[in-house]
Amino acid sequence: MAWQRWRERLIEFCIRACGISSIAIVTLIFIFLLKEGLAVFRTISVAAFLGGRHWYPISDPPLFGILPLIVGSGAVTIGAVVLSVPIGIASALFISEIAKGYSKDILKTGIELFAAIPSVVLGFIGMTALAPLLKQTFHLPTGLTALTGSITLAFMAMPTIVSITEDALAAVPRGHREAALALGATRWQMMVHVLLPAAGSGIVAAVMLGIGRVIGETMAVMMVTGNAAVIPHTLLQPVRTLTATIAAEMGETVRGSDHYAALFAIGIVLFVISFVINMLADLFLHRDRN
Amino acid sequence: MVTQAPPTIKLAVHDWSVWYGAIQALQSISLEIHTQEILGAIGPANSGKTSFLRSLNRMNDINPTFRYTGRVLLDGQDLYRDLESQSVRRRVGIVFALPLPLPLSIRNNVTYGPRLRGERDPQRLEELVERSLKAASLWDEVKDRLELPAMRLSGGQQQRLCIARTLAMEPEVILFDEPCSGLDPISTAKVEETMLQLKAKYTLVLVTNNTKQAARVSDRVAFFLMGELIELDRTGVIFTAPHDQRTNDYITGRFG
Amino acid sequence: MWGQPWRRALAIQRVAFTLLFLATCLVGLTALVVIGVICVKGAGALSWEFLTKMPTQGMRAGGIFPAIIGTIELVGLTVFFALPIGVAAAMYLTEYSSENWLTRLARLAIVNLSGVPSVVYGLFGLGLFVIFCRFGTSLLAGALTLAIMILPVIITASEEALRSVPKSFREVSLSLGASHWQTTRHAVLPFAIPGIMTGTILGIGRAAGETAPILFTVAAFYLPRLPRSIFDQAMALPYHLYVISTQIPHIPTTQRYGTALVLLLLVLSLNVLAVVLRARFRRKRQW
Repeated sequence: MAWQRWRERLIEFCIRACGISSIAIVTLIFIFLLKEGLAVFRTISVAAFLGGRHWYPISDPPLFGILPLIVGSGAVTIGAVVLSVPIGIASALFISEIAKGYSKDILKTGIELFAAIPSVVLGFIGMTALAPLLKQTFHLPTGLTALTGSITLAFMAMPTIVSITEDALAAVPRGHREAALALGATRWQMMVHVLLPAAGSGIVAAVMLGIGRVIGETMAVMMVTGNAAVIPHTLLQPVRTLTATIAAEMGETVRGSDHYAALFAIGIVLFVISFVINMLADLFLHRDRN
Repeated sequence: MVTQAPPTIKLAVHDWSVWYGAIQALQSISLEIHTQEILGAIGPANSGKTSFLRSLNRMNDINPTFRYTGRVLLDGQDLYRDLESQSVRRRVGIVFALPLPLPLSIRNNVTYGPRLRGERDPQRLEELVERSLKAASLWDEVKDRLELPAMRLSGGQQQRLCIARTLAMEPEVILFDEPCSGLDPISTAKVEETMLQLKAKYTLVLVTNNTKQAARVSDRVAFFLMGELIELDRTGVIFTAPHDQRTNDYITGRFG
Repeated sequence: MWGQPWRRALAIQRVAFTLLFLATCLVGLTALVVIGVICVKGAGALSWEFLTKMPTQGMRAGGIFPAIIGTIELVGLTVFFALPIGVAAAMYLTEYSSENWLTRLARLAIVNLSGVPSVVYGLFGLGLFVIFCRFGTSLLAGALTLAIMILPVIITASEEALRSVPKSFREVSLSLGASHWQTTRHAVLPFAIPGIMTGTILGIGRAAGETAPILFTVAAFYLPRLPRSIFDQAMALPYHLYVISTQIPHIPTTQRYGTALVLLLLVLSLNVLAVVLRARFRRKRQW
């Protein structure tokens, strides 16, 4: 019996260790990013890094200002959010309140399919189908622009926004709906004045998670936004995002060099941004549940 | 005059109090349970009788807010201080209120406990299955269908299967927590008949909301009210001339 | 009530509902259109030769066999690491702990991990597995990186599966004298396996399609042979698609679409499998 208890204790220990592994991993990621990335701040200050307007890592001397990259990420993200939030919420409303039977299943499956398609495939389609379309429509020198990125990423964020908004709408008690209808409102009025406000914090969380998805996207964005690390004047110009920079340039840097450290430093920025967004979204989701 | 030997004590409870967090469920219960008797525990809802029952095989341990003072002795050994919960539960089995078969075959339900205890010999396991199902009055109905999923049996059959499952552990004491509450009258009668047969080999403790059932089946009856043991006496005495007014009120239906 | 204001409100509703319908179609049907386009344009490339031969002439001819095998091996190794750790972590959260600050922290960490950008995972994999652990660019480094990336998926699915097992099973098992681990192993885990499996398949689909985490940790572009060990580099479908569409000119369009199609079919069939299994197990469930 004694050895069996020993075995049980060992198993329990392994289970507990795995249980807190998530905490260990998050900490490890942060540590390694810092380990390789902080080195860059020996050559430039944090302010110059975050606010510098020129990203010329291979010039002599190299310039590591990531403002154009931040603006690039920001422009694509804002564009994607502007497109995906209204359409996403509209779809969630339609699917959960109006659609019935077969059409509901088909549409739901279609949206979930988008979530399953790998980002590199969507980037591929964006490159081969969407970019030429935009190039023709707007008479641009190239179809690889921030707008292309926004549209592509909007479609990638929609499944997230739709499914979480759906959950938020489903969590609103039936009583709310029935009370509004009993008072003589049309279903549309009920949705706008009662349902959406009641699901409010859940919808905010959905939007935040959608934003997180968009900011963190790498491959699709790399393939459709043109990779020009300059601050754009309009959305119809090529840009470079934080994520694409890392992916595109890491292959050519020397390990341990300043360029290498600068890319890790961008990683730190991305990690912090996604951390903040996830914390806030989690807050809103829990506020809704309480 | 024939002198009867004094009854041997199987379980002894001394000043047993139970709390769940800040709520006290039992106050200083003291009683003795005799070997091979059926002790019935009756009382209204929230009287503590289920907490009392579950104290006897340490099922209360599952609740993280469970606290206790006092002692419960099985054959003289302290259940909580001298014995491990696993060995306690093997010696003191329990049948729950709702039939709870595991989603396994009938055979695997019965052999679940013995296999986990280390029994590997297929012959001995088969014998165990037959013996337990016979003792639970279920063997004739399922003997050629042992592979069938247990969930396909009727409610009454499932409950008897749960009894067989407990018997397969070869316990010394069997606890019954309102075992017939979800059953029709015929199944109830079968379960009560089984209990009376089991008395020959085991010590039984029965918690029930049905005072008539307690009267039919038990040798002695304990009346619980609001966490206290009000009265404990032979069945005949309790139901015809109880000492405490509250016992009388409960039995005659004035409350409960 | 049936006067002008009501009729106006109904008209507004009709317009609104039509817009909602169009919005939903935009999303749902575009997915089907995208898949359709890839199928149509890529089907031409799908020949036996394409799928089973090595590439030649610097990727301009031959097949994508090593990329397919590389993806399969990579994903297999990923699950080998991610599944036990993920299921154990889920068991900790449901069976071996009560809700306290530590479990809340663990859940917060899981939520965070699921939001980390995939390229940051790539950086982490580079820093930890390729460099610090000295595994080099290898299947091992790539699989470990992907394993960490899909860990939240597996933990969440496993937790849900474990929670869906009725509490009474645990009580019954304990009442028969089983220990805590025996109860988890024999009265809970077997009945949670369908849910765990579904979640794992979805995780596999995710891992198979990711590019950024494998960019710096395993992927090789032109490697016309199969990987020799887990310490070897490998080709992989997502990376392959990326390179032939952005960096190599003069590859026939059908080939590009063909590669996209193979990857798409792989990932989608995994997702469909997961959905079908989930439905089947829900029907067969006995409780």
